[in-house]
Amino acid sequence: MINVSKIKKGIVIDHIEANCGYKIFSQLGLDKLDDVVVLMRNVPSRKMGIKDLIKIETDIELDFTILGLIDPNVTINYVEDGILKKKEQLTLPKMIEGILECKNPVCITKHQKIDDIKFYLVNEKTKEYRCEYCDTKTSL
Amino acid sequence: MFKGRHLIEPDGFTVAELEEIFRLADSIIDTPDTYSEKCKNKLLASLFYEPSTRTKFSFDAAMLRLGGQVIGFSDPNTSSAAKGETLKDTIITISNYVDIAVVRHPLEGTAKLMAKHSLVPIINAGDGGHQHPTQTLTDLLTIRYYKKTLNNHCIAVCGDLKFGRTIHSLVKAMSRYEGTKFIFVSPEELQIPSYIKEYLDPSCYEETNSLDDAIEKADVLYMSRVQRERFVSEYEYQRLKDYFILTHEKMKKAKDDMIVMHPLPRINEISDEIDTDKRAVYFQQAKFGMYVRMALILKLLGLE
Repeated sequence: MINVSKIKKGIVIDHIEANCGYKIFSQLGLDKLDDVVVLMRNVPSRKMGIKDLIKIETDIELDFTILGLIDPNVTINYVEDGILKKKEQLTLPKMIEGILECKNPVCITKHQKIDDIKFYLVNEKTKEYRCEYCDTKTSL
Repeated sequence: MFKGRHLIEPDGFTVAELEEIFRLADSIIDTPDTYSEKCKNKLLASLFYEPSTRTKFSFDAAMLRLGGQVIGFSDPNTSSAAKGETLKDTIITISNYVDIAVVRHPLEGTAKLMAKHSLVPIINAGDGGHQHPTQTLTDLLTIRYYKKTLNNHCIAVCGDLKFGRTIHSLVKAMSRYEGTKFIFVSPEELQIPSYIKEYLDPSCYEETNSLDDAIEKADVLYMSRVQRERFVSEYEYQRLKDYFILTHEKMKKAKDDMIVMHPLPRINEISDEIDTDKRAVYFQQAKFGMYVRMALILKLLGLE
């Protein structure tokens, strides 16, 4: 078993569904951080069998909106002075901006440069969102 | 309060707000001369990025009959879009010149984009296969005029229920009124999509492929054309376009006070012999379209 030491200040993204860790790592742009980041895959878990886990030793705040889309079951643990300060359970955001792209080829957003396109949650089960412009349903 | 608002989708207004628009339309129908100078010194921009006869003429006629003026284009090649200007820049510029703008565009969501940046009210005159709210207002006003109320009607919709944008909007709009029942009449290939049926209580609609069965029960028969552009196979189009044709023979089974509606243009789904039947109201429907657009313009400009 590989041991990764505890972090002093930062974030632990726990209970990531096995094999989703790298997707989250990429979507959060963690490869661009100068801080220490550890991605652990296939970690034994009592609750999940196996899971992925990410530890980030950082001072900066990260936007976790996208995590709710990729894997709404993850837990975000905020650590300060080596102690767990806050646990956050993610949910699917009701509205997201600037993450999804509309899949409708005749949607105006595919033909004009539009910033911050809003997508509204229509189905929690299928994680489907509705484009604010053409109403087409889409998911990540 | 309507002043300064946009109309982008059919359910952009509440039922009570729609009633307010229809009452104004009633008044315009009764005494059109009273309104002939209401829009004096007002300018409407008519921005048609794709061809349209009925809708463009209807809006132009509505504004002119209110004493206003119309500027615009009906060919995008003559607009600055041809030079690569964004729609955002176009509408910001144009809305500095005019008091209200009407937009038709082949891409879905265009009217909404323009409304976000416009300084004046935007009316969506059709954004691709997405929304065409003033057609829905036209349909509701027509039903209300002939039937005196929008409640408790059995509405048979017939033809291309799968792709028909007008039908989808009408069903959603009429489902807001008490006691509405629908009969969806279509061949299997052109049935109404499930996402439209999701709006309805299952006890409020039935589906059939027999126009004969539906026509006996209907208070309103809404016919629609099968659109050639929706088909890859010419053979399939030819086969389905002749599936339902409303004839004098079929009309014998209809109630005396049933009305036949159609958003036009028709191809062959309503036989010409029906035109003289007093129950055929599709040409009057086009006229109601102009009246309801007059009422809408007055409301959005805050003149009534």
